[in-house]
Formats: sequence, C-alpha cells, structure tokens
Amino acid sequence: MKNRSLVSINDYSKEEYLKILDIAEEFEKNPKQKILENFVIATLFFEPSTRTRLSFESAVNQLGGKVIGFTDAASSSVKKGESLRDTIKTVANYSDLIVMRHPLEGSARFASEVSSVPIINAGDGANQHPTQCLLDLYSIRKTQGKLDNLHIAFVGDLKYGRTVHSNVIALTNFNCTFHFVSPGELKLPSAVKRHIKERNLEYYQYTDLNEVIPFVDILYMTRIQRERFSDPVEYEKVKNAYILNGNMLGNCKPNLKVLHPLPRVNEINENVDDMKEAYYFQQARNGVYVRQALMASILGIK
Amino acid sequence: MESKKTRKELIVSALENGTVIDHIPSKNVFQVIKMLNLDSFDNQILFGTNLDSRRYGKKGIIKVKNKFFEKEEINKIAIVAPTATLIVIKDFEIIEKKPVEVPEVVDKFIKCINPNCITNHENVPTKFSVIDKDAMKLQCHYCEKTTSKENFIFI
Repeated sequence: MKNRSLVSINDYSKEEYLKILDIAEEFEKNPKQKILENFVIATLFFEPSTRTRLSFESAVNQLGGKVIGFTDAASSSVKKGESLRDTIKTVANYSDLIVMRHPLEGSARFASEVSSVPIINAGDGANQHPTQCLLDLYSIRKTQGKLDNLHIAFVGDLKYGRTVHSNVIALTNFNCTFHFVSPGELKLPSAVKRHIKERNLEYYQYTDLNEVIPFVDILYMTRIQRERFSDPVEYEKVKNAYILNGNMLGNCKPNLKVLHPLPRVNEINENVDDMKEAYYFQQARNGVYVRQALMASILGIK
Repeated sequence: MESKKTRKELIVSALENGTVIDHIPSKNVFQVIKMLNLDSFDNQILFGTNLDSRRYGKKGIIKVKNKFFEKEEINKIAIVAPTATLIVIKDFEIIEKKPVEVPEVVDKFIKCINPNCITNHENVPTKFSVIDKDAMKLQCHYCEKTTSKENFIFI
C-alpha cells in the first residue's frame, strides 16, 4: 500500500485491508513505537470532527510523529477563498501524508489526484469514511474471531449513514448475512443492496429491533436524526423504536457485540455500557491501532 | 432494392464530403446539435426530425458538410443518441458506416447531479464511468453518486 491514497473502501482489495487489520493487531500489542519520528502528518479538517481528528493525532503522536494542520475551515486559508487544489498542493510540500475531512463529496478523490503525497480520506461529505470501515471490520473480527459467515444487523438510519453503506459493501466480501432494521423512510438505498445481490448474499429488512436480537452476532447501532424526516410527525412516531435498552438483550447470543460509530445521543441506553455485549468504546480505541497500521503501511514502514 | 436505393439517395447523396448522423432518436436531434456546438458551426448543415424509419418508427438525421467527427465528439453523440449511425462520405461515396459505441468513461461534458459534489464547487472537470449502458447510468468518479440520462445537463 506504499504511497497509495485511501479515499474509498473500494480502493483496496480484500487482501489489502486484511493486511491492514493484521498490522493493526501488532500495534494493539505495542502501540507506542517510535517509528514515525522522521515524519510529518498533516490533518486538514475543513469541517470539525473532533473524534476522528483526535484518533488520527493520537495514532501519530504515539508513534513519535509530528502533526500539523487545522481543525476547521474558519481557521485556514479556505476562508480567504483559496481553492482546495491550492491548499492540498501547498500542504503536500510540508508533509509526508495528508489526512483530510471535507464537507464536499469527492473532495478526497480530487485531492489525491493533485497531491504529491498520499491522502487518507477521513470523511468526504456523505460519501466515504474508509478508516471507520476498517476499524469496524477490525472490531468485528476481534470480537467474533472471524469475518466470514456472520449475521450482522444494522440499525437506525440506513439511508443516509455512509458508515453503514461502506461496511455493508466491505462485508459482502465475507459471505455475511445482513439484517437491516430501520423505519420505512430510512431504508438501505437500492444502490447498496445491489452489491449484496451481486454476491448472491441474503439480506432481510425489519422495522422492529427486537426481532433480530436473538440471532445476530453483531448489532451495529446508528443515530436517527430528526432532520432526515420530511414529516416531523413520522420522526416522533419512530424515535423511541430504535433505542437499545439493557433489558432487550436478555435472549441474545452469547457472542453478540453491540457496535456504534459514536457519537451516541440516546440510541443506546447507558444501562448497556457495562454489559459484556457493549463494545463501542473499545471500538473507538481500535480506531487508533487501525489508523496507525494504515499510516505505517502507506509510509512504507510496515 | 429499388426503393432502398432511392431512400439512400434521398438521405445521403446531396453530401459530397462530410458526415451523416443517422438514426438519432427524434426527440434528441436538437440536443445533439447543441452538444456538438453545431449551432455555431459555419459549414452547411441539414437536419431532419420525425422522419420515417423502418427500424425505429421515427428518427432524426443530421448532415454536416466537410466535417469528420473526432472520437470525443462521437462519444458525446453516443451518450445522447446511443442508436445513432455515423456515415462518413467522401466524393459522394460512403467510406464508413457504423453505429456509435457507448464509451466506458464519460469526461467533461455532463454535470454531476449531486449538488454536494466537488465538481460543482471547484474547477474540477467531471468524469464518470458508465455503469449501465442501456439505462445510461453514469457513476461520478469523485462523489460516486449516479447521474441518469433523465438528469443529464451538458456543460
């Protein structure tokens, strides 16, 4: 993966992202290695995303690298009217690798075409967020011991959730069975279902969260946002139907783990946090290892 | 045979050198003219629409004197008029007659439908891969959203 940008989860083959997961395991055992001492990583956040930025910066800092960058467009030259092309071409002179988050879709792909250093997409609008997908795959593999033949439920906003879309597409490589739980208005788009059908895999759709809990291995929760509904009454009707409560997990499989990309608002009750099924905070920690693995791999160190 | 010959003469014989774009869907004739900038072209151009066609019922046709289309222009024709046939004429003779081919990649001349796409905000030429040649669906190389023929806006 040396010198190759990661813009979309489809940019890497199945073998390549499994390789990243293997390297991430090494970093989990030993996350503080001074292997990035001679490297400068730019984190360009054209829109704020504290969690993702801190995760990348923690990953770099723990490996001894230096971070430069900005945390939102208001504190950068973008405010003066500089084009993305010029910002990227300039920052590429100052760094060995650029991590970027941008509100426009396709911005990271464009940046990767004009940059002289590799780009890691840390989210381009509603399009892609491949490192989230990699850390989710890592978390699934770590908790289940494998990625193949699992029953995975995605819950909440399946229409607009880019994380759900890239996870589903990535998991079609592993013969998983998909269970989609959402209100009617927020069902998984047919463009994503097409990937499942192409692989002849099975998927099922539900509106009741309780239905899937007894037989799935992974329960991937996402937030439902009020502004996604054309009719606010519809939101009021469904807003409590997709909240996971500790008492709902009584008859789940022993290996079930609950994942969430965070931030959580109220879709997982805090009474789940201390249960053995809760995995979302460890999931966030895994993000650091996966990002370390990815950066080390792109910089040609691992 | 006689009627076929007459028909061919009616369509092409007037052209000494140039290209005939035949079998254009009638409703797309003006789109093809606009897209190829033929409206600002100085050469002699004849066009017809809603002509009888054995194969399609109705068809459109455009004849351009002393013009031989480049690959990029032919790709544009294929996107708007995938049924079209190009007939190249030199010295009143048909040199080449072939259907247009829908390309794998479409560059620069169609706008991405996604208002949040980088190509609609910065000076980035659009680029699509053709993911469905029959329904004419294009996937944006940048934002990965699909633009279909009913939403085509030409740049």
